[in-house]
Amino acid sequence: MQDTSIFTGGFAEPVLQGQAVFRAVMDCMANPGRIKDTDGTPSAPGGVPSAMAALALTLVDHDTPVALGKSLRASAFPAWLAFQTGAPMADTAFDAAFAFFTRADGFPGFEGFPIGSDEYPDRSVTLIVEVEALEGGPEMAARGPGIRESAVIAPKGLPADFLARWRENGALFPRGIDLVLVESTRLLCLPRTTRLQAREV
Amino acid sequence: MSGLATYNFAYLDEQTKRMIRRAILKAIAIPGYQVPFASREMPMPYGWGTGGVQVTAAILGPTDVLKVIDQGADDTTNAVSIRAFFQKVANVEVTTRTKDATIIQTRHRIPEEKLTEGQVLVYQVPIPEPLRFLEPRETETRKMHALSEYGLMHVKLYEDIARNGHIATTYAYPVKVEGRYVMDPSPTPKFDNPKMHMSEALQLFGAGREKRIYALPPFTDVVSLDFDDHPFTVQSFEKPCALCGAEGVYLDEVVLDDRGGRMFVCSDTDYCEDRRAQGFLGDQGVPLKEAAE
Repeated sequence: MQDTSIFTGGFAEPVLQGQAVFRAVMDCMANPGRIKDTDGTPSAPGGVPSAMAALALTLVDHDTPVALGKSLRASAFPAWLAFQTGAPMADTAFDAAFAFFTRADGFPGFEGFPIGSDEYPDRSVTLIVEVEALEGGPEMAARGPGIRESAVIAPKGLPADFLARWRENGALFPRGIDLVLVESTRLLCLPRTTRLQAREV
Repeated sequence: MSGLATYNFAYLDEQTKRMIRRAILKAIAIPGYQVPFASREMPMPYGWGTGGVQVTAAILGPTDVLKVIDQGADDTTNAVSIRAFFQKVANVEVTTRTKDATIIQTRHRIPEEKLTEGQVLVYQVPIPEPLRFLEPRETETRKMHALSEYGLMHVKLYEDIARNGHIATTYAYPVKVEGRYVMDPSPTPKFDNPKMHMSEALQLFGAGREKRIYALPPFTDVVSLDFDDHPFTVQSFEKPCALCGAEGVYLDEVVLDDRGGRMFVCSDTDYCEDRRAQGFLGDQGVPLKEAAE
């Protein structure tokens, strides 16, 4: 018996909704730390939050191999993704243009994903990761392009060694991965240029 | 019947928009780096701003207000036709007023009025590679960017000084972004370079024929290349705008007759009109009301 959940949960208005979600993610990528809401209508199986489903519908297609976390791989999400977007599964994480991780998957390490080359730093993965919450966690000061002076972000549910790993990622510049954190219908972007520091309390 | 029926919203198909959108996100994440993209044939020739048009088409939504300028003017051929294009294929609201626009597509100028947060400036770029006229091979320029090897550009500016006594580059003046990538600001006059530094607006650059997209996020460090003993300076003008009397703006020369008559007027037509509406008047200006009669 086929799982019919894969046929539903896409955009009702793909053109306009895709545009609106893209503007939200473009705005967040250009202003790291800013939190934006999506309209919340997309839904996908596998415990995928709506914002993650919306980003998948907006950004991936047959040109972008996708890697998934363990629990997502075991769910109906790959079938939903294939039906809704036509995106192929990446053979290995290193072939992925986008990678999706829910909280059930846990936070991915940054190892194993493409970071681009010095000649083509754009050929790197964009990680889309669900966190417990985008606010209310330990505060971090963010600096870098897109940020006037500094901004404070406080995502909840990041691993303890996140800051060290993020610093390593930043040191690779211009190579490196870009990160989109999602919670329910909302998202926050951390491009590779953003420098993070724990805030003293 | 709607005139839109035969096109997708904003002309491009959705797969193309996704491809351009992905390139824009990577361009924002790597400020100043030129992201290759699969530029499409547009219903206008290369050189008409097809790169900027594709970027605008990929980001444009029904609630946007679009302004298009060509060398600062809203009413020249390139601006008028691109504005009409987006009215036709996206039915989008258009304006000539800088502060009302959410997206401004530009050919070779940055508006005089300070851009604000939330605005997007889309540049039409002919040759995105600042090193191209110094090194024609893409394989070499790519390696130079990879290694951050920009000595050649400094030699070029130095040769300017050796020949002319000053840096003679006046437009497409190279900038360094966040201390890493040397970038071509498109053929804007160097007068506009300081406006790119720490701009509140997002700046996107599209080169259609050369198939490159690059970006400057807001609040990004943009420094015009120079030397300690020959610091970067912008053009200055002897007289204010002849129509509105504005100083410290970029002026265009207008030839008036065949006996050497000329006047210098604001290149930014919206800025000039706005000032005249406020009652400012240059030495050859006519108050807006009289001009309309």
